[in-house]
This record gives sequence, C-alpha cells and structure tokens, in this order.
Amino acid sequence: MSQRIVNWFRFSSPQSFYPLAGGMVPWFAAAAAVLAAIGLYIAFFVAPTDFQQGEAYRIIFVHVPASWMSMFIYLVMAGWAGIGLVLNSRLSGMMASALAPTGALFAFLSLWTGALWGRPTWGTYWVWDARLTSELILFFLYLGFMALQAAIDDARRADKAGAVLALVGVVNIPIIYFSVKWWNTLHQGASVSLTRAPTMATIMFTGMIVMVFAFWAYSIAVSLVRVRAIILERERHAGWVHELAGVAP
Amino acid sequence: MSWGSAAEFFAMGGYAPFVWGSFAVVALCMIVEPLVVRARRRRALDALKRASLAARQVGHEAAA
Repeated sequence: MSQRIVNWFRFSSPQSFYPLAGGMVPWFAAAAAVLAAIGLYIAFFVAPTDFQQGEAYRIIFVHVPASWMSMFIYLVMAGWAGIGLVLNSRLSGMMASALAPTGALFAFLSLWTGALWGRPTWGTYWVWDARLTSELILFFLYLGFMALQAAIDDARRADKAGAVLALVGVVNIPIIYFSVKWWNTLHQGASVSLTRAPTMATIMFTGMIVMVFAFWAYSIAVSLVRVRAIILERERHAGWVHELAGVAP
Repeated sequence: MSWGSAAEFFAMGGYAPFVWGSFAVVALCMIVEPLVVRARRRRALDALKRASLAARQVGHEAAA
C-alpha cells in the first residue's frame, strides 16, 4: 500500500517539474486548438442570431471565457502565492509569476470585448459601474503584481512581496462576481450559475462552454511554457540547468 | 446556419466592427503571447550557453 503513494512533493522541485511541464505543454496546446476550432464553429455557424441583440451577441463567445479566466487565473495565482508563503517552496512563487501575465491579458481582453459589446447594446464603450470598475481593478492588480515583482531584484523576496499583494487582492474577486447582484449595474446579471439552469439557449451555452475550456487549456499551456522559462532564468547557476541546456556546468 | 452568403457573414448584421474587432484582438493576443513566451525560454537557454562558454574561456586563460 505504501508503495502506491505518490510523493507529490517531488514535483515541487523545479528540477523535476521542468520536464513534467514540458511533457504536458503539447497536450494542452493541442486541446486548446481543437476546442477553439469547435467553439468558433458553433459560435459562427451553429448558434442562431439573437432575437434581441442580432449578431452583436456573438461577442459573448470570447467575452465570457476571457472574463472567467481573468478571475479564475487570479484565484490560482493567489493560491500558489499563498502556498509559497506558507511552505516557502521555490516553485510556488514561479507558478504565481508565470500566471500573472496571462491573467492580465484576459482581464484586458474582457474589458476590450466588453467595450465593443457595450457600444451597440448600451450605447457606450465604458461606464463606471460596479462590474466594469471592479474588473478594471483586477487588471491593475495584475499589473501591480508584475511591477512589484519586477522592481525587486531578489527573486525570493519578490515572490513574498508579490504573494502578499496577490492575497490582499483576492477580496476583489467576489466583488466582481457578485457586483451585478449587490449594486444596480448596467451590466446584466449572470446568465450562468451553479445553482440553477442557464438562462440562455442550449446551443449558445454549449458554444460558450467549449470556448471556456479552450481558453482554459490555452492558459495552462502558455503558463507552463512561461514557468519553464522562469525556472531556467532563476536556476541558471544550478548544475542540472546547464546539463539540460547541453552545456558543461 | 444563418448566413446566405460570405458577404452577409462578414457584415455580421451591421455589427461587423464590434464583432470582428473583438474576435480579431482576442485572436491576435492569443497568437502573440505563445510566441513571446517561447522566445523568452529560448533567450534563457541562449544566455545559459553564453555564460558557460564565457566561464570556459576564463578557465582556459587562467590555465595558460
């Protein structure tokens, strides 16, 4: 029995995680490409025109996945940052740093696609309502996390400072999520919830969920490539890194 | 399928700038980001090679 227990802590060392991450990247990249192709096909050729919004509603197929990923990546990033603070493991900080730029990208895309959707449906690109403003704060939290880490030369100290910022910023995630309930916002309420059936046509919902999984696989693939780069940068004095680069230590 | 022709598809019922403006920027970002991270990893590997080459040269000069 005891032989079947996998020592997960083995993978918390950059040396053993590096090849593991490298092996996972092609699978997630392929999954992202296939799911995106299916999702886009549903988005443009299967899903019918919306009776209220016409074709403008098709922005939902990128807006919702980008918004969800921007919040989800933040939670994962803060989770890794917290683990790094508690266990003082090197890889955790690297994971948090690797996730931040992708999260920032999705926060930006959420705001961008939201603006282009708001114009035809609300008549404005931007409004300072609770949902939009809290998502903008999320974007700034990502940028602040990255800037803070970049400003501190010692990587381990940068991890700790960044972790505190990331954990404090977590309070913003429920604010974004519940903003449409807590305040009167121009942004519509949730069409999809864990507790009741989605209030949208099944085929539209299916296309959206497929796109969510595509963005998810994309995020994992791109973060794993980035964490590999970060491992090489930070562990550049380690012997195993030199062996891996095909050069003598 | 709700499109009669390709032109109708690209017109997006009059919402072309909004729909294509969204999808184009999302696609652009999700194509550029992987290229940027791959270049970063390659740069890290190149830096490692350069550093070890320089170290070896210093070693040779010291021996000579």
